[in-house]
Parts: sequence; structure tokens; C-alpha cells
Amino acid sequence: MRREGSPWQGLGIVMLKEMSDHLVSARMRVLEWLVVLTAIAAVYAAITQVRDVTAEDPFLFLRLFTTAREPLPSFVSFIGFLVPLMAIGLGFDAVNGEHNRRTLSRILSQPIYRDALLFGKFLAGVFTLSISLIVLWLLVIGLGLLMLGVPPGGAEMGRALAFLGVTIAYGGVWLALAILFSVVFRSPATAGLVTLGIWLFLTVIWPSLTSAIAQALVSADNEATLVITSQMLARLSPSTLFGETVLALLHPTTRTLGPVYLSDLQGAVMGAPLPLSQSLLVAWPQIVGLLAACILLFVASYVAFQRQEVRA
Amino acid sequence: MSTPVIEAKGLIKRYDTTAAVDGVSFTVAPGEIFGLLGPNGAGKTTTILMLLGLSDITAGEARISGHDPMREPLAVKRLVGYLPDAVGFYDNMTAADNLHYTARLMGIARRIRKDRIAAALARVGLSDVMERKVATFSRGMRQRLGLAEIIMKDARIAILDEPTSGLDPQASLELLDLIRALKAHGVSILLSSHLLDRVQSVCDRVALFDVGRIVLMGTVGELGRHVLGGGFAVELEAEGGDGLVKRLSALAGVRSIETPAVGRFRIICDRDLRAEAAAAAVAAGSRLKQLSLDQPSLEVIYTRYFQNARSEEARDAA
Repeated sequence: MRREGSPWQGLGIVMLKEMSDHLVSARMRVLEWLVVLTAIAAVYAAITQVRDVTAEDPFLFLRLFTTAREPLPSFVSFIGFLVPLMAIGLGFDAVNGEHNRRTLSRILSQPIYRDALLFGKFLAGVFTLSISLIVLWLLVIGLGLLMLGVPPGGAEMGRALAFLGVTIAYGGVWLALAILFSVVFRSPATAGLVTLGIWLFLTVIWPSLTSAIAQALVSADNEATLVITSQMLARLSPSTLFGETVLALLHPTTRTLGPVYLSDLQGAVMGAPLPLSQSLLVAWPQIVGLLAACILLFVASYVAFQRQEVRA
Repeated sequence: MSTPVIEAKGLIKRYDTTAAVDGVSFTVAPGEIFGLLGPNGAGKTTTILMLLGLSDITAGEARISGHDPMREPLAVKRLVGYLPDAVGFYDNMTAADNLHYTARLMGIARRIRKDRIAAALARVGLSDVMERKVATFSRGMRQRLGLAEIIMKDARIAILDEPTSGLDPQASLELLDLIRALKAHGVSILLSSHLLDRVQSVCDRVALFDVGRIVLMGTVGELGRHVLGGGFAVELEAEGGDGLVKRLSALAGVRSIETPAVGRFRIICDRDLRAEAAAAAVAAGSRLKQLSLDQPSLEVIYTRYFQNARSEEARDAA
């Protein structure tokens, strides 16, 4: 049975409305200021550190992102922590909020499909996230230019841009998860708490659990298998995937994200940076994993939403 | 008779094993106000959602001006204006902005949008508050804003779910006036309610719902005749005279006579017996003080119907 009309009808309208809601909402303003202030503090600390320590670094600009100075963590750690928070804040009441305001059936009785509503909300979240991150990224680069006085090289900019893209995809994963729970749970508080709980579990607890689980699964004799199993398990968490991708992109000397075998080292010049394309290849499975997680979670929320009853 | 704008044939909605709507059939003629009445949970809202294509139809067929809501939901939704039960708006937006958003979803062209919104808000009497946030609106104002949306849409069919529930008497009277005005503009209206006396005053025909089925359908008068037996009730108040009751019961067409108070008589009869009753009272030598004909009230029909149904059930069980 084929439906008449396009599923995208009204998509742009829903997206623009949701985006304007996001951009003026108090919740987003608080989160944005939180992200901007902490990130700028981290970058400022990094700049002072970089100026003190490294005079001759070919990737000086990437140090802005990765260098930490006590007591502040690095810009990357801040972003890895705050972007999920922001994404969850954007999505946790996407659908159940409409239910509770009793606007859902009124909106869906307009000539649009449910597809447009859900996808519009998702896109609005991704774009809001992108706007904030791009602005932040430009701020960091600008601050670096002003305070370091050195123009960044092409390879550095390429890596920094790739990092920006990966960060947006990482935010997209948590946004999709938050929207999924906003479809499943009728109460926004429940949806928000469950999403935050899963995020905390996957980010904080899961990495320390994986080696224990690996030991239970594999015999302890084979150390390599043990390490690989534990790493595979850890990669089920989007935070691990993001961390590994960032490592490969922002530390050009990273040659592999798994255990290093002797064969890997044959003919390698230790400490020599890889070209960007090779770094991207190293992290390619992780990048694809993040995008796939994002798409799978969105499809799950799509299916759940299509089957849901609209009545309050 | 012209082709119906809404047609439901044996609509069934099943959740797992229970049927929320169990074989509902009715039609709404152009320009008619049709009422779905019944207790909460009788399947009225589910029926409405199926007609709009917002809920899957398990079995049966629905047509809105010839369109199938399952296959052509967009065509149906373009034709129909829907006012949900306890309609909600975005509280942080103004009334006009809320309508702007739905106007864009409806695909109303930019240059006429503003005029259409202003005209619709004027018709429901919300022009003064169009730039106010909806958060400050009362329940009645929200319902009127919902009607403004339907007017703005220029819908030929309006489906209103419990339009007057939760409103104070003044607000619900205003809303019913707006609904009548909508009908005067040639809009066909399907409305659901459990508030019977209010609905009675606007509906051309009604269907009585009970646990997912339509148990009675027709004009209020027809239902009255069907359920209350006689259908006409003449109230008579008279003083003095003798043998009045005997004279009254001797009249042709009288089914029963009740005396709620001394000197007051309630005559249930097959036809309008006011003239005969007056003559009888005068002939009995009593002083006629009041004489009136009761329109059968939906409330009475409704209660009586369910009483009858229950006593039949009890009899069957015994």
C-alpha cells in the first residue's frame, strides 16, 4: 500500500520552528554559556601551557584542543563531556513534550506525515548543535591566532575540521538516543533521566567494566585476545569511539588504535606524523560506528513513533 | 440526498484483544451537525482519530469526501479541521504565531496568511489578544483559538472532540454559537461530547455510543420516541375540579399519567395532546394554570436507555 504525497512535506517548517525554539530557550542558553565558558577557559589554559613548553611543534594548533593544564582538563575532554549533555538537553522532551502540551494531535491533523515532525525535530537538534559547535570552534581558532601569533597549516586545519565533524556526529548519537526515549516515555523527566543514566553508564562505568567482562569471557592465557576483547567491548560505547577518533585525528603520530604488533612497526619511523588521509583511515571504523549508531537510534525512534497512538 | 461528506462503514479498532470501536457505521450529510454522544471511553475519540487517518483502522471503511484516510491521509487532512479534546498550543508563542506555524504547515501562501489569521481571530473574538502569549489564555480562549485554526484552514469539514468540556456555562454557550456560525458558513460538523443538554441544542442528528458501538442514531425527536415510548410529555397544572385524572386518562393516545405534586400532572402520550388536555381540564371544572409540552431531553433519553439496557441485561442473567 503506497501513501500519497511526500513524507518531507512540512519538514523545513517544523525544523525552522524547532530551531527557533531551541535558540531562544533558556535551557539552551544556559548550556551554551556553560560550554563556551568552560571551553574558552580550557583553551586559554592550553595556550599558556603551549607557549611555555613547546616552541617547535609542527601541530601547534592541535595542541590547543588536546593540552591540559592543571587543574583544568583539556578542551577535548570538556567537549566530550558537555556535548552529550547539550544533545540530551535538546532532545529529551522532543515528542513527549508535544504530547504533554496536547499539541501533537493538532499538529498531526495538518497535512503532514509524522515523518516530517520527527525528522524535523532531529534535524533542528543537529543544526542547533552544529551552530554552537562551529561558533565555538571558530572562537578557539581565533583565540589561538591572536594569542599564539602563528597561522595554522593546511593539515592542521583539515584535522581540526574533521574533529568538528566527528564531534557533531557524536552529539547526534546522544540526540538520537534522547529522542528515542522521548518517544518511548510519556514523561520528559523519565526520558531525560534514563538518557542521562545511560550516558553516565557508557561513559564512566562501562570502560572500567570491560576488562572484567573480557576476563570472564576469554581465558587469561592469551593476553592479546584478552586485550582485544576488552577493547571491542569498550567500543560499544559511543564515548570510546569518540575518544579514539579524536586521538587519531588530533595526535597525528597515532598509528593504530588497537594493540601494536611487531609487524606494524616494521619500517615505521617512530614519532613521525601520519598524513591526514591515513589518520582518517585509522579512525574510519570508529567514525562509521558513530554515524551508524546515530542512524540506528533514529530509525528505532522513527519506528516507535510511527506505531504510537497520538491520543493523550 | 447528496453524497455524504463523512462515511463510516463497520469501523473496527482492536487493541490486542479488546475492541475499542466495534463496528461503527454512520454518515454525515453536507452542512449537517452530527453528534457522537456517549460516556467517556465509549470509543468516540478513537472513531474520530480513525476518520482523520491518525489511528490505523483494524477493519471497516471510512471515506472523507471520497478520500480514504488510510491511503490518502494528506488529502483528508487538507479537507478537515480538527479540534482535539482539550486542545493545546505552544505556550511560549503568541496566539498569532501559533496560527502562523499551522498556517505554514497547511501550505497557506505567505501573502494571504496574515489576513486569513487576522480574519479568523476576529471571527472568534480573539483579535485583542492575538499578540499575547497563549500561556495566559483561559480554557475557553484556547478552544476558540482552536476554532480559529479551523476557520483559517477554510476547512469544509470540522471534527470537534469534546468542544465544550471543561468550560464554564458562559464560555460553552459562546463556543456553541461559534459552532452554529460555522455551520451557517456551510461547514459540515462532526462533534463528540458527553455533555448532552449542550449538544442537543446544536446537533441535527446524534449517534449514541456505548462500549464501542452505536446503539441509537437519529434526530433527538426520533430517539425520544424510540426510547421513551410515547415521546411526548404534556405538563399540566390545574386547581380544583373533580375527576380530572380520570378524564385525562380517558383521552386517546395517553400512555400514562404521573402526578409529581398535588395539582400537577405529567401526561406521557403518543402525540401532542395539549388541546385535548386543556379541554378535559375545563370540562372537569378545574382552573387551568399551566400547560406545556416537554421536548424530550437527550439527558432523559440517555439515562432511560441505559437503565433499560441494564434491566434487560439483569433479566437475561436471571
